[in-house]
Amino acid sequence: MSCFKTKYADELIKNAAYIGTPGKGILAADESTGTIGKRLSSINVENVEENRRALRELLFCAPGALKNLSGVILFEETLYQKTASGKPFVDVLKEGGVLPGIKVDKGTVELAGTNGETTTQGLDGLGQRCAKYYEAGARFAKWRAVLKIGATEPSELAIHENAYGLARYAVICQENGLVPIVEPEILVDGSHDIEKCAAVTERVLAACYKALNDHHAILEGTLLKPNMVTPGSDAPKVAHEVIAEYTVRALQRTVPPAVPAIVFLSGGQSEEEATLNLNAMNKLNTKKPWSLSFSFGRALQQSTLKAWAGKPENVEKARAAFLSRCKANSEATLGTYKGDATLGEGASESLHVKDYKY
Amino acid sequence: MACASFVKLNAASSSWMGQKSSLGKRSPGSSTRRVSLSTRASSYTEELVRTAKSIASPGRGILAIDESNATCGKRLASISLDNTETNRQAYRQLLLTTPGLGEYISGAILFEETLYQSTTDGKKFVDCLRDENIVPGIKVDKGLVPLPGSNNESWCQGLDGLASRSAEYYKQGARFAKWRTVVSIPCGPSALAIKEAAWGLARYAAISQDNGLVPIVEPEILLDGDHPIDRTLEVAEKVWAEVFYYLAENNVVFEGILLKPSMVTPGAEHKEKASPDTIAKYTLTMLKRRVPPAVPGIMFLSGGQSEAEATLNLNAMNQSPNPWHVSFSYARALQNTVLKTWQGRPENVEPAQKSLLVRAKANSLAQLGRYSAEGESEEAKKGMFVKGYTY
Repeated sequence: MSCFKTKYADELIKNAAYIGTPGKGILAADESTGTIGKRLSSINVENVEENRRALRELLFCAPGALKNLSGVILFEETLYQKTASGKPFVDVLKEGGVLPGIKVDKGTVELAGTNGETTTQGLDGLGQRCAKYYEAGARFAKWRAVLKIGATEPSELAIHENAYGLARYAVICQENGLVPIVEPEILVDGSHDIEKCAAVTERVLAACYKALNDHHAILEGTLLKPNMVTPGSDAPKVAHEVIAEYTVRALQRTVPPAVPAIVFLSGGQSEEEATLNLNAMNKLNTKKPWSLSFSFGRALQQSTLKAWAGKPENVEKARAAFLSRCKANSEATLGTYKGDATLGEGASESLHVKDYKY
Repeated sequence: MACASFVKLNAASSSWMGQKSSLGKRSPGSSTRRVSLSTRASSYTEELVRTAKSIASPGRGILAIDESNATCGKRLASISLDNTETNRQAYRQLLLTTPGLGEYISGAILFEETLYQSTTDGKKFVDCLRDENIVPGIKVDKGLVPLPGSNNESWCQGLDGLASRSAEYYKQGARFAKWRTVVSIPCGPSALAIKEAAWGLARYAAISQDNGLVPIVEPEILLDGDHPIDRTLEVAEKVWAEVFYYLAENNVVFEGILLKPSMVTPGAEHKEKASPDTIAKYTLTMLKRRVPPAVPGIMFLSGGQSEAEATLNLNAMNQSPNPWHVSFSYARALQNTVLKTWQGRPENVEPAQKSLLVRAKANSLAQLGRYSAEGESEEAKKGMFVKGYTY
């Protein structure tokens, strides 16, 4: 077929479809060392390898949690870590029916001549790194491109640069057996209304799929991780149903049915908000040839972190909070969430950080 | 295509975000307002979406009778009739007054002359169509001409004055438009030819919507050539990627367009023919990779396939649900037997109309995935490929 040929094609298509299994979604636990440090310091925990390992063990070994997940995105360090009793995390995940994923980008840098817009680094040597990660057990990858809305943003340059970076990354991943998650995040910062976010999102996604098509990516073996379409963080809020309608409409206008699943980022929404928005989308009676699911970082871990506070005696309580959010989001992918998850402390707290950097 | 797109220059048309207030001037209670289609909208948007949905209704498709006078002349000549306005009017009247046509046909594409014609009793053709719940459409392109700097390829003319022509056609009763450009695989196709085809379609689509006409987007990948089906798939994916990208850049509302693609088949001179199942598999793969679900309907052209082939292939594509209505927009594949039955004789009008209904019904069943080829006539199976076919 006319996308490029790779020995991994069937496997990529199978894994991408699996990630979109109804009732399941992705835990994004790929915070870089710097970023996880911020999380840990917010609960007064020291940013050392053992604590980072302990947090991830808390999450991955929470009883019952994994069956609500189809994938977990890891940071490189975590891919090679083990439980306290010596079992590799990738094995824990695989046995729980969860595909391990790996963050492969190397962060953003500013584009000269723009008003603070960025491009994402990481293409050099990406092929070899992907091959190595595949050997270590990873089966999907993630690369985050960032765009912002402003008076003259996103610019044509920023859109083109980020879209083509994503496309290049995607094909390199596919050549090496990893399903690429394509993530063009349009930051929520700003006072723009939902119409503006919709127009920008549609424009950016159109550019992304043009780039993917130009690069011959196998769409059936990719995933999309977009922002939901919402008003800016400084604009008045709207109902979940409105967010659902604008978001699904934007996707209907841009995402070919060959893409098996769309896994939303939470981008600063509170845990409960993100779940309710996802649920509203799955309740909509309209054309949705892809599954709509989650790839949440902060929106799955916030109340868990608060409950843990770094203390071993809190692990059970923290795991209960985590399981509660996992179940809620699993139901949201089916449109059956009733908003009755026991809200852990912080579940309704906005997680928005202005001009958020990973 | 630079930053100018953010500073909307033409305030009357597209509502690209540059126009929208981004400073949070909201009225109270606006957080619960209904979602409108106002991103990329014009005053016709709601009507365009309704019209497109009506044409893309289950069990129905389009009858294409927009042959230019010259081409219609060829059809008439094949049954020994002179190419006069009277004969053209008589032929179109036969087709458009077929009783019960609206059960299987949701739209009819007309040539300009026909849009303004009436029956011999004085009833306007557009009214005949409306009475059968068939939407009148109009061919608006001005034909293909050589593309300079290309590899002997063509481009489609017709943008000059298109806005005012479209507005006039709307007044006369047309509610959708059609523009046919072509891409040739034996000639490359060159990147230039593909770009021009896609950009022309996008400009035409935007202008059509601005004037109340649902644009049918038709980049025909000609059957000519000896290439295998994989090559056709490759070219089709490239063409449709360009088309959708430029449609988006021109702020076209996807819920208010229809597509008219060629099916993905081997070239006419390729050594192996493909089965309907293979054609369906390749064509659906292409559509799933390129067509956003917002597009309500995909109405295939027949492009030289026999009547029976065109129906079988359509049927194979409708064996399971698709995210868009998958149907037909056939000219030769609906008219071939009709013409031969009519022979220009008044006493043959009724049998000719009946034969139109036979083909229309067959394709209606194919749209529903319920067609069976039993009882098809020999005439229906005759291929209609003409090398280097020009309208």
